[in-house]
Amino acid sequence: MTAATHPTTAALRGGLRHELTGTGTLLRLALRRDRVLIPVWAVLLATLAAQSAVAVAEFYPTAAERAQVAESSNANSSIRALYGPVFGHSQGALSVWELLTMGTVLTAIVSMVVVVRHTREEEETGRQEMISSAVVGRRAPLTAALLAAAVADAAIAALVSLALIGTGLPAAGSLATGLAIGCAGLVFASFAALAAQFTESARLAKGLTGAALGAAFVLRAAGDSGTADGSSPLAWLSPLGWARNVRPFADERFLVLLLPLALAVVATAAAYELAGRRDIGAGFLATRPGPAEGRIAGPYGLAWRLQRGSLLGWSVGFVLAGLAFGGMVDGAGDLLGDNEQSRRIIERMGGAEGITDAFLAALAGLFGMIAAVYAAGAVLRMRGEETSGRAEPVLTGALSRPRWAAGHLLIVFVGSVVLLALAGLGMGASHALTAGEPGAVGRVVVATLAQTPAVWLLAGVTVLIFGVLPRLSAVAWALVTGVLVIGWIGPTLELPQWVMNLTPFTHLPKLPGGEATAAPYLWLSLFAVAATAVGLATFRRRDIG
Amino acid sequence: MTTATTAISVSGLVKTFGRTRALDGLDLKVETGEVHGFLGPNGAGKSTTIRVLLGLLRPDGGTARLLGGDPWRDAVELHRRLAYVPGDVTLWRNLSGGEVIDLYGRLRGGLDRRRRDDLLERFELDPTKKGRTYSKGNRQKVALVAALASDVELLILDEPTSGLDPLMEGVFRDCVAEERERGRTVLLSSHILSEVEALCDRVSIIRKGVTVESGSLADLRHLTRTSISAELAGEPGELADLPGVHDLSVQGRRVRLQVDTDKLDGVLRRLGEAGVRSLTSTPPTLEELFLRHYQDETVAGAGEGADEKVVAS
Repeated sequence: MTAATHPTTAALRGGLRHELTGTGTLLRLALRRDRVLIPVWAVLLATLAAQSAVAVAEFYPTAAERAQVAESSNANSSIRALYGPVFGHSQGALSVWELLTMGTVLTAIVSMVVVVRHTREEEETGRQEMISSAVVGRRAPLTAALLAAAVADAAIAALVSLALIGTGLPAAGSLATGLAIGCAGLVFASFAALAAQFTESARLAKGLTGAALGAAFVLRAAGDSGTADGSSPLAWLSPLGWARNVRPFADERFLVLLLPLALAVVATAAAYELAGRRDIGAGFLATRPGPAEGRIAGPYGLAWRLQRGSLLGWSVGFVLAGLAFGGMVDGAGDLLGDNEQSRRIIERMGGAEGITDAFLAALAGLFGMIAAVYAAGAVLRMRGEETSGRAEPVLTGALSRPRWAAGHLLIVFVGSVVLLALAGLGMGASHALTAGEPGAVGRVVVATLAQTPAVWLLAGVTVLIFGVLPRLSAVAWALVTGVLVIGWIGPTLELPQWVMNLTPFTHLPKLPGGEATAAPYLWLSLFAVAATAVGLATFRRRDIG
Repeated sequence: MTTATTAISVSGLVKTFGRTRALDGLDLKVETGEVHGFLGPNGAGKSTTIRVLLGLLRPDGGTARLLGGDPWRDAVELHRRLAYVPGDVTLWRNLSGGEVIDLYGRLRGGLDRRRRDDLLERFELDPTKKGRTYSKGNRQKVALVAALASDVELLILDEPTSGLDPLMEGVFRDCVAEERERGRTVLLSSHILSEVEALCDRVSIIRKGVTVESGSLADLRHLTRTSISAELAGEPGELADLPGVHDLSVQGRRVRLQVDTDKLDGVLRRLGEAGVRSLTSTPPTLEELFLRHYQDETVAGAGEGADEKVVAS
């Protein structure tokens, strides 16, 4: 598909055949390397889909109950902002309600990881040089990476569809859900392909794609908070909005799928064009010379140099997202009424003290969970330094391992507080402006900062994994994803309390509005410190490499 | 027994990775002030030994002493007094070479600024370039300048010249010679035998995690064979029954043979009795010496089959 729309003249002259030589072999290589990643994610998403359908059937068995929860949720702009509107009130429509957000976001992330892994990361590590010296066309690596992502997206689409059909839902809606999620994945695969052409660093390529994903989320949220039928132009600007507008189980609009497909084709074509024009290993930004003498003072200075760029990027994202979501709060009003189900959702989401506070509390929790993603990634930078061989000579300097780690951990622990404060400031400021309530800023900042112990705990657990199971560092990502999934869909699916209790965020008081008690903060902080300490102590005693 | 003049003392060192036994009772002794060659085929355990000495790996058995301390327990203190150059230097893509050199200087016992600038000039290294833009050889130079300019007693160099051009290889040799004059100790792991021959006072050869030979190059030469080719005035007498003679071939009055170097005397006497017209004696090259040790069966130095293998290679 992408090949057919390839725009360069070289391709029209028949050069494309040469440009793609070796794609098949590279695709097999990519799938072999992703033989765990792709199946795990596909099964995870299918499980999520099946679980959603089962939970809805269990909690809202009658049409009347479903209509009630759908109507009250749709009437509430805050719930719409977070989860999107429900189209119709069939079992299927409610089942895929929040799945269409969570599923598309997770699929987008997998697609991005797969594409960057097989393009820019290969170039950055120098492996591409050797591959490209073989009989491999100039555009074959990019094509193979995109095809691998397409395989992942197709697997996810197929398994999600089958899982929904398996729970007894209509085939058309199930298929529409799978396709909507898979097509969103293709869009972000193509974005990642494009980003990988511009940047020399795989990390930055993922950062740019992640920023696009965040922007898509905010656009959809802003659009859906304004209108209840998904018709807002803002939502129509977002690939995540398109997925929702396919409207599975509510007179599916399969034609909407053409939008993500078209965007994926355009972005892919642009990436192809750039890929053919640049040197292997190079980006489009020239490297400037650096200072001949260094001022990096030691492990702390080095960690700061290595981590500051990513912290800055996350900071900008948190401020912008805070500003955007703060502005959506005021529309909440009192439309909640007396509806029992939606009150329950709100309660589980953020608290009982009025819809505005509940929404703010839910957002504070969301920012907390995303800050945990940052924290886990920042802790694992140490593992990256270790496996790349850069940590080794540094550790032969006169510094202890804990001191080396402390440089990174200081940034992680302080950095996550900074992120939460920035999100709170952004959200508080825009909420204060739109609600005409200047005092809101302080309350909101306190609410986001209150997430800190839970973020620290996840950071601490990541340190523990780094120390004890360095080869299984990816487990940290699984934990953070699990926390996000539970925290995100738990409230609407009425997951059992013991499941909710698995995430540290559940144990924090719901702020603003709720009553803050010291105990949970102390306990979580204590566990965070203990996990970090044990992780560091183990790291001190284990082999490097 | 570690004395004040022993910089590195390793005995019976064992390190396993799962089922692989990387070090299997390795011994190594480096005296203070010497340049010690550390040799062995790929995968013999050279880098593992070095990483144990650097406190990066924890040994499973045996003892290791470095500069009078325990490389694992006293890592930080010891690292103030040593500098390390890995065989494959990885740099941070967005840090300049100058920044990296200065960083390592601060992480070690300090940096001699004059020597740093002098080395940059001699190695013709541009310190303003970023990590990702350096070639392999230039990355190696960054680590070399950082180590050689450091104010330390011990240099641990693990194939430090991989990727350097012959000119720079020469600069490196000069630098190591200077280091020795300053009384610094150098442990040099290398595959470049001419480099080892030119620089090292003593060498240790390891294979499969065990030390198979250790001593000065002269000592090691002594343990190997000298090739003799002679044209005699009369018929050669019985040569085959002399101790230490191998691969004897006699064609009329022409004799070719190899003889264990410490048995050279007897052979020359016997040849002299027959009257020598011309004689060529080739001492074992370092290459032969190493091939002997690198090959599996020849370590013990016995067995005719093994001898043929040496000749064949």
